[in-house]
Amino acid sequence: MGLKLNRSIIGWFFASLSILLISMFYFYPMLQALILSFKSGMGANLEFTGLDNYVRLFNDPVAMIALRNTFIYLIFQVPFMILLAMFFSVLLNNPNLKFRGFFRTAIFLPSVISLVAYSVIFKYLFSTEGIVNDFLLKLSIISEPIEWLMDPFWAKVLIIIAITWRWTGYNMIFYLAGLQNVDKSIYEAAKIDGANSIQQFFYITIPMLKPIILFTAITSTIGTLQLFDEPMNITGGGPGNETLTISQYIYNISFEYTPDFGYAAAVSFIIVILTVVFSIIQFKIGGEKD
Amino acid sequence: MNKLKTGFIYTLLSMVAFISLFPFLWMLISMTNKSVDISQGRLLPGGHLFENISKLFENYDIGSALFNSFFIAVVATVLCLIISSLAGYGFEIYRSKGKDIVFNILLLSLMIPFAALMVPLFRLFGGISQVFPAIGIDTLYAVILPYVTTAFFIFLFRQNTKMFSRELIEAARMDGLSEIGIFFRIYMPAMKNTFAAAGIISFMNNWNNYLWPLVVLQSPDIKTIPLLISNLGSGYSPDYGVIYTAIVIGTIPTALIFFFLQRYFVEGMTGSVKG
Repeated sequence: MGLKLNRSIIGWFFASLSILLISMFYFYPMLQALILSFKSGMGANLEFTGLDNYVRLFNDPVAMIALRNTFIYLIFQVPFMILLAMFFSVLLNNPNLKFRGFFRTAIFLPSVISLVAYSVIFKYLFSTEGIVNDFLLKLSIISEPIEWLMDPFWAKVLIIIAITWRWTGYNMIFYLAGLQNVDKSIYEAAKIDGANSIQQFFYITIPMLKPIILFTAITSTIGTLQLFDEPMNITGGGPGNETLTISQYIYNISFEYTPDFGYAAAVSFIIVILTVVFSIIQFKIGGEKD
Repeated sequence: MNKLKTGFIYTLLSMVAFISLFPFLWMLISMTNKSVDISQGRLLPGGHLFENISKLFENYDIGSALFNSFFIAVVATVLCLIISSLAGYGFEIYRSKGKDIVFNILLLSLMIPFAALMVPLFRLFGGISQVFPAIGIDTLYAVILPYVTTAFFIFLFRQNTKMFSRELIEAARMDGLSEIGIFFRIYMPAMKNTFAAAGIISFMNNWNNYLWPLVVLQSPDIKTIPLLISNLGSGYSPDYGVIYTAIVIGTIPTALIFFFLQRYFVEGMTGSVKG
C-alpha cells in the first residue's frame, strides 16, 4: 500500500512540470484575456468598462469584415482542398500507377516550407508583372494581367490558392494512410457487381474515409480560423481590409495601431468561441470511434 | 477508352506535380539570378549565386537569425521531448482517477487559439521582464517558453505509452532500478520512434513559427529566419535574388529533415490522429 502511494506521488512528480507550464502559458493567459476583455484603455492604463468592448465589437465594421473574410476562406477553401486531397489520394493509391513515389513526394513537398517563406514567394509570383500573369497571358487564358494583390476579389482568390497549394499534400497523407486500411476485397466485390470507379468512389471510398474527412475538415477549419501568416505576408490584409483575418486584426489592434489590449482580447473571443465549438465536435466524433 | 483514361490521369498528375514543385524550382533558379532578371521572369539559372549569398550575409544579419532560429528550435525541442514525455509517461503508467481528471483538463488547452493568447502572453512576459529581464521580452527564452510543453505532445506520448510493455517495468523494478531510472534507461530507448516523430514535429513548428516571435521580439536587432524573410519581403525596393537566397537557406533544414526522416515524419503526422 505504502509503495503504491509512493508511486502515485512519483507519477504526479513526472507530470508536475507540464502541469505548471501549461497552467502558466495557457490557462492563466486565457483567464487574463477574459478579464482584459472587460477593460479598456491605451497601453497599460486599463480601466474596467464592463461589456463596452463587446458592444463595440458588434458595431465595428472592420471586425465584421475580418469575420466575413475568415468565413469566405472557410466556406470555399476547406471543402475544395479536402476534395482535391481525397481525389489525389485515390489516384495515387492505385498500385499500377507508375512514378507513384515521385507524384506523392511532389504533392506533399509544399508542407515542408515555412508559411512565411511560401507567402513571400506567392506574393512575387502573383504580382501584376509576375510570372503567373505572364504565363496566363501567353496561353491566352486572360487578355490583360490580373491585379491579384490589388483587386478585392482576386486577392481573396490568391489567398485561397496559396493555402490550397500549401496544405493539400499535407491532408492527402492522411487519406493515403486511411486508404491502406480499406479492405481491397470490398472493391473486388463491387467490381463483380458491376460498379464503375466513380460509383466505387462515392459508395465505398467516401464512407470508409469518413473519420478522416471529419478530422481533416475540423483541423483545417480551426487552422483557417487562426489564419495569420499568409494574409500578413502576401497581401498585408489589403487591398483596404479585403483579405484581413481576425487574427491579423487582433495583432493590428495590439501592436500596429495605438494598442488597446482590452478590445483585442474581446475580439479574440470570436475565435475562442468558434474554436471551442469545432473542437467539441471533433472530440465528440473522436470519442465515437473508440 | 482505358488508354485515354490512363493518359488523362498521367497528364493531370504531371500538371499537379508541376504546380506543386514550381515555386521550389523558381526559388532555386532565382537564387542564382540578378534582381532585374528575376523580375523579368528569367527561368534559367544564372551566375549570381555567390554574389547573392555574399550580399545577404553582408547587408542583413542572417548569421544571427540562423543562430537564433537554431537555438530556439533545438532548445524548445529537447525540453519538449523530455518534459512532455515525462508527463505522458506519468499520466499513463501511474494512472489514477485524479491524474485522468488533470490530463483531461490539460487537453482543454488544445482548444485555446493562439490569437487569444498573444496579448495576455505578451503582457505576462512584459511582467517577467521587470523581474527577470534575461527571460523577458526580446529574449530567445521568451520565444521558447510557451512551446516547451503542449497538451498535443503529452497526448502523443501518452497514446504511444499505452503500447509500452508493463512487464519491462516490472522486470526493471525487480532489478532494483529506480522509477526515474526506468524512464530514462528503459522507456526512452524503447520509444525512440515516438521521440523521433515528436522531435521532428516540434523542430518544424518552432523553426517555422512566426506570430509569437513577431510579438515578443519587438527589438529590430533580434530576429528569427521567418521574421527576417518577412521583413525582406515587405521592403519597398526588394532585391529578389537576395530574398530568394534567404528563403532557400531558411528552407534547407526542414527540407533535409523531410528527405532523411520521411518515415518518422509521416508516422508522427498520421500517428497523432489515432485515438
